[in-house]
This record gives sequence, C-alpha cells and structure tokens, in this order.
Amino acid sequence: MSGIGKYFKLNLNSATKQTSGSCGCGSSSGGCGTPKEDTSETSYGCANTSGGCGSQPQSQTHISDEDFDAAVDAAIGEGPKKDGFDQVFDVQMDRRSAFKKLTASLLIGAGAVSTSCSVTTGEDSKEKAQIDWEEQFKGNYKLMTDEERNATVERLVRSYQLRKKKNINMSSKDAEKDVLFGYAFNISKCQGYMDCVSACVEENNQDRNSQMEYIRIHEMKDGKGFKFEEADDNYYHEVPAEGHFYMGTQCFHCDNPPCVDVCPVQATWREDDGLVVIDYDWCVGCRYCMAACPYDGRRFNWSTPEVPEEEINKNQHYLGNRMRKKGVMEKCTFCVQRSRAGKNPACVEACPTGARIFGNLLDPNSTIRWVLENKKVFRLKEDLGTEPKFWYFMD
Amino acid sequence: MRRLKVFRSLVKDSLDTTTQGSKKYHIWMAFLTFVMLVGMYCYSVQLEYGLSATGMTDRVSWGLYISNFTFLVGVAAAAVMLVMPTYVLKDIDFKQAVLIGEGLAVAALIMCLAFVVADMGGPSVLWHMIPGLGVFNFPNSMLTWDVLVLNGYLFLNISIPFYILFRRYQGKVPNPKIYVPGAILSVFWAVAIHLVTAFLYQGLQARPFWNNALLGPRFLASAFAAGPALIILVLAIIRTFTEFKIEDKTIKKIGMIVTVAAQINLIMLVSELFKEFYAPTHHSESAYYLFFGLHGKTALLPWIWTAIPLNVLATVLLTFGKLRNNLKVLYFCCFILFVAIWIEKGFGLIVPGFIPGPYGKIAEYTPTGIEIGVTLGIWALGAFVFTILAKTAIKIETGKLRFKTK
Repeated sequence: MSGIGKYFKLNLNSATKQTSGSCGCGSSSGGCGTPKEDTSETSYGCANTSGGCGSQPQSQTHISDEDFDAAVDAAIGEGPKKDGFDQVFDVQMDRRSAFKKLTASLLIGAGAVSTSCSVTTGEDSKEKAQIDWEEQFKGNYKLMTDEERNATVERLVRSYQLRKKKNINMSSKDAEKDVLFGYAFNISKCQGYMDCVSACVEENNQDRNSQMEYIRIHEMKDGKGFKFEEADDNYYHEVPAEGHFYMGTQCFHCDNPPCVDVCPVQATWREDDGLVVIDYDWCVGCRYCMAACPYDGRRFNWSTPEVPEEEINKNQHYLGNRMRKKGVMEKCTFCVQRSRAGKNPACVEACPTGARIFGNLLDPNSTIRWVLENKKVFRLKEDLGTEPKFWYFMD
Repeated sequence: MRRLKVFRSLVKDSLDTTTQGSKKYHIWMAFLTFVMLVGMYCYSVQLEYGLSATGMTDRVSWGLYISNFTFLVGVAAAAVMLVMPTYVLKDIDFKQAVLIGEGLAVAALIMCLAFVVADMGGPSVLWHMIPGLGVFNFPNSMLTWDVLVLNGYLFLNISIPFYILFRRYQGKVPNPKIYVPGAILSVFWAVAIHLVTAFLYQGLQARPFWNNALLGPRFLASAFAAGPALIILVLAIIRTFTEFKIEDKTIKKIGMIVTVAAQINLIMLVSELFKEFYAPTHHSESAYYLFFGLHGKTALLPWIWTAIPLNVLATVLLTFGKLRNNLKVLYFCCFILFVAIWIEKGFGLIVPGFIPGPYGKIAEYTPTGIEIGVTLGIWALGAFVFTILAKTAIKIETGKLRFKTK
C-alpha cells in the first residue's frame, strides 16, 4: 500500500515540478534533513529504497514549502545542497561553501559570456549553461531522493527542448511492488529473422554509427549442440538457413550480477523488480563491468552515439533509452520504459515467431511462470552462480 | 616557521638543480618534453573522438593502457625489495639505491594513475570515484581497493624519501624512529598493491584465463624480477652520468634478487603451461590463442614468442653466478628480462583474457597510433618525473645541495 502511495506520489511530483518551471538549482537542493540516513542505506540494497521512500510521502507535502525556502536560500548562497557528494557527506564545511561560490561565479561567468555573445538567445544559453552545470555535478541516481530524481529528469527534458526544439517524455518510474521480471526464449521457434534486434535498436536509441546491438542471434549447426564458439552471430543471408537453429543472447539480468559488484562507483545496480540498470551520468567509463560480465551483455559508447532526429524514440526512461553520451556503458534494460508501463519489451513484441516470452515471475498466472513450470528450461553458464533471469527451452 | 623557510629554500634549490645541467641532460629533458607533448596531442584527439580513437572494441575492451598499468604496478611494488634490506635489516649496501628505488616507485605510480585516467571513458566525472565526494563502492569493487592502495603507496613513497632528504638538506641525520615504521609499512603495502591489482582480474569468473589462483603470486614474482631489473639499469645509467657512487656490490646484490624472482616466475610459468596444455579444457582456449593462435588468428604470437625465449635466456644466464657477476652480462639480462615481462604481463595477460569472448567469438586487438602515442607520452612523463626526483635526491645525498642559513 505504501508502494502505491509512492508511485502516485512520484507522478504527482513530476506534475508539480513541471508547472514550477526549471529553476533546477533550487529544486535539486531540497534541504530536508531526514532522507540523509535513508540515502546512505540505499547504497547497500535496493529493498531499502522503496522502504525508505515509502515512508516519506506524508511528510513530503510539508517539505515542499521548506523546499521552496531552501531554493531561495540556495540562490542567495545559503542552505545546504542535497545532491552530488552531499549525498554521502552531508557535513557542513568550508570547502563546500567555497565550492558553491565557485559554482555561482562560474554560472555567472558562463551566463555573462553567452549573453555578451548573443543578444537574442541570451536567456536560453544561460539556462543551458546552468542545466549543464547542474547535470555535471548531480549525484548518483540510485541515491537520489524522489525530488532530486524528478529535478534531473526535468532538466534533461528541458535541455533537449532547448537544444533540439522538440519535446521528449521521460519517466523516472520506480520498480513496482511484487514484480520480478523474467524472460524465456524458445529455441525451437526462433528462425533467426532478427526483427527483435532491429526493434531493440529503434526502441532504445542505440548508436547507429557503430551499429550497436544489445541482442546477438547465434546461428548454430543442427546436431552439434550448443557450440557457441562455432556459431555465427553476424550473418547476412536468408534465414532460416538449412540445417541450422538459432539462439538469442542479451543481458540476462542476473540475480547475482557480477557487473554490479565490480563497479567502483555504483553506477550500475539491480533494481527491486530485478532489472540491472545503469546511471549513464554516473558511469565513469572504466569498463570493469564489461570484463566481469560472462554473457557479453554490456556495450560501451566508444564515440558519441548518433541517432537521426526523426528516428529518436521520444518515450524515454531515465534508466532506459534516454540519449547516452560517449564514454559510458549501456545495456539491455528489458525496455524499462515499456516494461514498467505494463508493456512487453520491444524484442518480445517484434518477434514474429513467438519465441520470446516476458513477464512477472512473481505472478503465478503469468506465461513466464507457465513456461518455467511446464517446460524443461535451462540457463547459460549456471556454474558461475550468476542466477540469470533468462531461461531457454524447447518445444 | 623555520621549517617553512627551509622548505621554500628546498623547492627553490631543487628548481635550480633541475633546470641546470649538462648538454646531454638538456637534450634528454627536451626529448621527454617533446614526447609528452605528442602524447598530450594524441590524448586530446582521444578526448574529442572518444575511445573509438583506440583499437579497443566491445569484444576486447581493455588494451594497451591497462596492460601498461598492470605492468607498472609491479615496477612500483618492486621498490620494496630495496627498502626492506636497507631500513629493516639495516643492510648498508642498499642505502644508496633505496632513494632511487623509491623515486622509481613514485614515477611508476604516477604513470599507473595516468594510464587509468587515459583509459576512462569519462575523465570529467572521475570525481565520482573520490571517496567522500562521489560514491565509493568499497569493499565490493576491487577497483576501489586498488585506488586506495595505490594512492596510499604513492603517499608513503613520497613522504619517506622526502623526510630523509629534508633532514639531509639541513645537514641533519634522519631519525630512524620516524622513517623506519613507515618503511616497514611500505613493505607490506607493496605486496598489497600488487596482490590487489592481481585480484582485480583474478576475481572475474567471466574470464577463465585470469580466474586462477596462481595469478596473484605470479604477479609478485614477475614484479620482483622486472622492477629491480629496471632499478639496476637506472643505477647503471646514474653511475655513468653522475658522481653518485654506487658500489658494484650493491648492484650485484640487487642482481641476486632479480635472479631468484625470475627463477620463481619461470617455475610458475611452467606450472601454468602444464595446467593449460596437459589436459586442455574449454577454459584453455585463451592460452591456446596466446601461444598458438586460434582459427588462424595469430596477432599475439610474435609477442609471446619473443617474451618466452627472452625470459628463459635471461633466467638461465642469471642463474650462473659467474655470468651474473659480470656487470655487462647482468645489464643485458636485466634489459631482456624487463622487456620479456613487459610483454608477458601486459599484452600477454590482458588481451587474451578477452579472446575468445564470452561466447567464443575471436576478435583481435591492435592498438592504434593514437593509443601508442598516449602510451609513449605517459612513459615519457614517468621518465621526466623520475629524472627530476633523482637529480635533486642525488644532489642532496652527495652533499652538494644544502640549506644555507643567511
């Protein structure tokens, strides 16, 4: 019940925030003291996130007034900020005020430069500079309070509006209660059409230049078993090819994900509904997670990702298909922007053979549960103890 | 107050020392500066185009930078092989060498950090990694352990020689009660930095080539061979170009250390090869790729088949006391051993970890010119830092640089 309240609250927040315009500096500095301890707890387990946030809604309406005051204070130069490194160390110290003054002066400087260069777009570029600054020094999404999450989403939407003169829709919807996403792949049905691959690329705004693809379809020879090393995962011929069968791989959203453990900055984590996600803005690009993944599930933006403007999917999620930048990791999120909205991931919807099954593992009436209970299922590299939530089966 | 004055004078004097010297010295420094500038230009290209300017791909996601990083951590750790006998066992022989060794450690660590930064996709958000400012995934991520131990070791290796030189500069005798505990700590710390770096790879169940228990010990053995080998070469150069006196006895003793470490390293190599090739499993594919190539992909063969003979040759030569005590042979052995271990522990360790990929895909890796340029630039940076440190240290140690009370 508190969970429902929370999501209701989340949407409400985003609505109020949108009307209040984009004074990002103020809104990110929601100076409520209570969530401090909550945030430090969240760093250990996602379960705490919902617990911590669930207990907040009643108090949040009260805070919004203080929030406003804090915003005013922050604009003047007083009041503690609750973002960036403050999430961890919320101790009043001199360095911080120095830092803040530096911020303010740089903002003024950036604004001054841009206004002096251009008369007409002065306001816009000033706002752009401010958004860029706040985005550069914001905190880790995983540890943000709901207000902070909404603030950054709002900044990103506004930034896109300022740059491209187009509106996007970005969600920061949290995991729902009693949901654990799982996936099953029917090897007998897959014919290797790769519609899932192209649907995935379109849905998730992947870089077209490097032809980044989350899904790989491995073409294997009949009668040889699962010989991945002899399989072809980059074929350009008519399918289904005679004497072959097909097997798809992608991120398996392990329940015990090695990639999450190795990340030095907690830029990737397992959400409550089992999705392993990345905060693209927090990732430092060390690629340790890539080395740790036994399933080739992760991709890196070796250069600035490019998607033609008309092909951009504008229905986005902060943890999902929003636009990435160069030098950060990305991966399959089971289309978090769709799955948390009650839809199937794009690959499942696009599959013409029905080889892909997606659903809630905690719902006893879901198709995925039926598959797990009635088919002989298996997972890849189970000996590694990663507990993938991605099963294979045959008719 | 007085200390501050002395410090100011020290900084001024060392600036004078490092900016003056023979023609050869100036040419050397100009050359290093030029290489660093080239490296910086290459890095600026990489910053603009992203890491696509390098040869790394989604299939082989670590390359030349991380290879060099891994190797240099070993070089840094090797300073301890000189620190221990000097400070702890009171072996006077090494006293001359130890400051050089620690200077080398500082230079190696700076290079390590530079390589890590060069490898990052988002250097502008590196503050996320600073404990306190960002979110530090400690103790889960071995990379955070590595950040801690490397910076701690850097601090130790700056502060101990600084204390000693600061006292000497004033014509005083350093107080062993102050620096010996630090030296003992740095002994353990050196082992830690290299073991932690090995665990970085060893802990990945996804990469069977790295996921073996011998990796850590082998790292230590190869480090204690390659590091002192480099120190011997550096001491030989310093001996010829400065009046800093290093006795033959010192160099021969370090040669002994190199020999033992190289022997142990070779035994471990044999053990590894036996395991991979006596009863090869699916997990031996990376080793097959490294030593024999897989499906016609043979990019690493010239490298590893240079490294192995050099390694064996150096170890065999060093094993015979008569040959080892001939300084010319010793220098030659140290040089080829250094090259061999650089290949083995750099390229020969990092790249095969990714080949074949998790699903058996073989995609080879060749570094690009930009990547090589940045790498050379960082090596030049290390040499530059070391030259400055060594020049000042030698001047103070030989008594030429002293604080003058006006």
